[in-house]
Amino acid sequence: MTDPILKVEDLQVTFDVRPRGAWPWTPSLKLHAVGGISFDLNPGECLGVVGESGSGKSTLARAIIGTVPTSGGKIIWQGTDLAGMDERNRRTHRRDVQMIFQDPLAALNPRMTVGQIIAEPLVTHKPDTPKDDVRRMVAEMMERVGLLPNLINRYPHEFSGGQCQRIGIARALILRPKLVICDEPVSALDVSVQAQVVNLLKDLQKDMGLSMIFIAHDLSVVKHISDRIVVMYLGRAMETATSQTLTTRPEHPYSQALIASVPIPDPVLEKARMRPVIQGELPSPLKPPSGCVFRPRCPKVQASCALERPQMLDLGKGHQVACPYHEAHDVLHATA
Amino acid sequence: MTETTTNAPSRPGRLSEFWFYFRENKGAVIGLYVFAVFVILAIFAPLVAPHDPIMQYRDHLLQPPVWEDGGEWSFFLGTDAVGRDILSRLIHGARYSFYVGIIVVAIAAAGGIVLGLISGFAPRWLDTIIMRIMDIILAFPSLLLALVLVAILGPSLTNAMIAIAIVLQPHYVRLTRASVMSERTKDYVVSARVAGAGIWRLMFITVLPNCMPPIIVQAALSFSSAILDAAALGFLGMGAQPPTPEWGTMLAEAREFILRAWWVVTFPGVAILITVLAINLMGDGLRDALDPKLKRS
Repeated sequence: MTDPILKVEDLQVTFDVRPRGAWPWTPSLKLHAVGGISFDLNPGECLGVVGESGSGKSTLARAIIGTVPTSGGKIIWQGTDLAGMDERNRRTHRRDVQMIFQDPLAALNPRMTVGQIIAEPLVTHKPDTPKDDVRRMVAEMMERVGLLPNLINRYPHEFSGGQCQRIGIARALILRPKLVICDEPVSALDVSVQAQVVNLLKDLQKDMGLSMIFIAHDLSVVKHISDRIVVMYLGRAMETATSQTLTTRPEHPYSQALIASVPIPDPVLEKARMRPVIQGELPSPLKPPSGCVFRPRCPKVQASCALERPQMLDLGKGHQVACPYHEAHDVLHATA
Repeated sequence: MTETTTNAPSRPGRLSEFWFYFRENKGAVIGLYVFAVFVILAIFAPLVAPHDPIMQYRDHLLQPPVWEDGGEWSFFLGTDAVGRDILSRLIHGARYSFYVGIIVVAIAAAGGIVLGLISGFAPRWLDTIIMRIMDIILAFPSLLLALVLVAILGPSLTNAMIAIAIVLQPHYVRLTRASVMSERTKDYVVSARVAGAGIWRLMFITVLPNCMPPIIVQAALSFSSAILDAAALGFLGMGAQPPTPEWGTMLAEAREFILRAWWVVTFPGVAILITVLAINLMGDGLRDALDPKLKRS
């Protein structure tokens, strides 16, 4: 077992929120976007992160990349804590960790040509690269992600969503990074295009030996690309398991509900299926429930759930679950 | 590899696209033509003007324009109280007006854009300081503030331009800051940061080009208000000093003849009116052409 490339230990991100019409001296509210998450990422591994909107997935991504300040815990990149990094290490970290965004068009500067956009990381990180080399590398990378290199002088608005996302991927990969964080890279795309982009990412990951954090709210997409999956709810990790285990034998009631919500492409099976349904809305992260955050919506809630925050229980083989009342639920054979 | 990239089609020209939209606004096109005529007149003033603008023809004091009784073809628009040809003075005056407009807009826009960018990116305390100073400048009636500044610096055309630039600057700061605020939270700015762009690159290469359209419109519109303010200062004796053929100064000199010789006052006023109107029409067309929301493509 090699050393993990990225270690996240009890990461917390809190935002200050000013209440409406507050006086300058009233204390601001604390929004716990990420409330204590730990995981390891091995080189060449793809970690999926799933959860509802507002569960802190994007904040987690932004904290790892360093654009959102953390308020607790550690992010350890190749053995060095991100918080205590000196300027030189920070630059290499920035170069080695790149990101792919959700809205492909919004993530591309509308006043730059595709060539300029893809070359931007090269220009900022290696300003002394000769112009010819930059042009050659951009063209190579465009071809690699399935774009015709003669589109280099076009502007982003002339492309379709899938092509824009390919441009975003090319930009993220041109520096040959070690880790790519994909923040819902396909949720803004058509289903047919989604498959193309996910397969492209998978191929590139294999070819370049990338580590990847793949964030999505669509479990079926995550399952397809990830080796391991973390299920998040209201800023906390509920369950971590290999994608095989998680999708077939989830232990946490929330994961079970999440997986049950994935439709089966067979109307007979789909109708016959018994699914635990969760009701209600995600609680406000300004006032998270005491104890287990999933308590108000949990079908298996007990009185003790309100008392203290459940610990991560290790079930072996990298399977961890944050619920003392966990119980395996066989997804495939759970028919009524 | 390189062969495939060399035949990449180049852009169909942003200018031709701009012209396509600008052309639709008839008023703007007329404004542009009038503006162009004035610019050409200003550039070739010594060749076009029939007389020296400060030459006094003592035999032709207050001569009426050519179509009135006693008018002469050599003084097409008549002469003023000391016998100077009004047409020549107007043509030369155009030079001063455009000079004032260009310099004032350049100073105000450059300073305002830089301050606005800093204010948009800076921590909140610095932003507050900059914006409160701008609010204080905006709280004064613009002409009054310009008058005070000229009174401190001493009356001359240069000082008047500095004063007007300071008065116009807060508009650019606010405009730039507002666009920066809305642009900087967008994903492409985050992605540029992730790509390793420093704060200066973010400010001037990533964000600024996306904030330009409203600033360009503001520049065109404040060009005319700069001319107007310079004329007002000239009229109050605080701008260009006689015998400079500046339009506002010409008005001021002619004030006492307003009942006796209407042409001495009317023509400089009409010149100011036409120029400002033309520029404003053009600015409106510019706004329509540059506003991405009005584009249909």
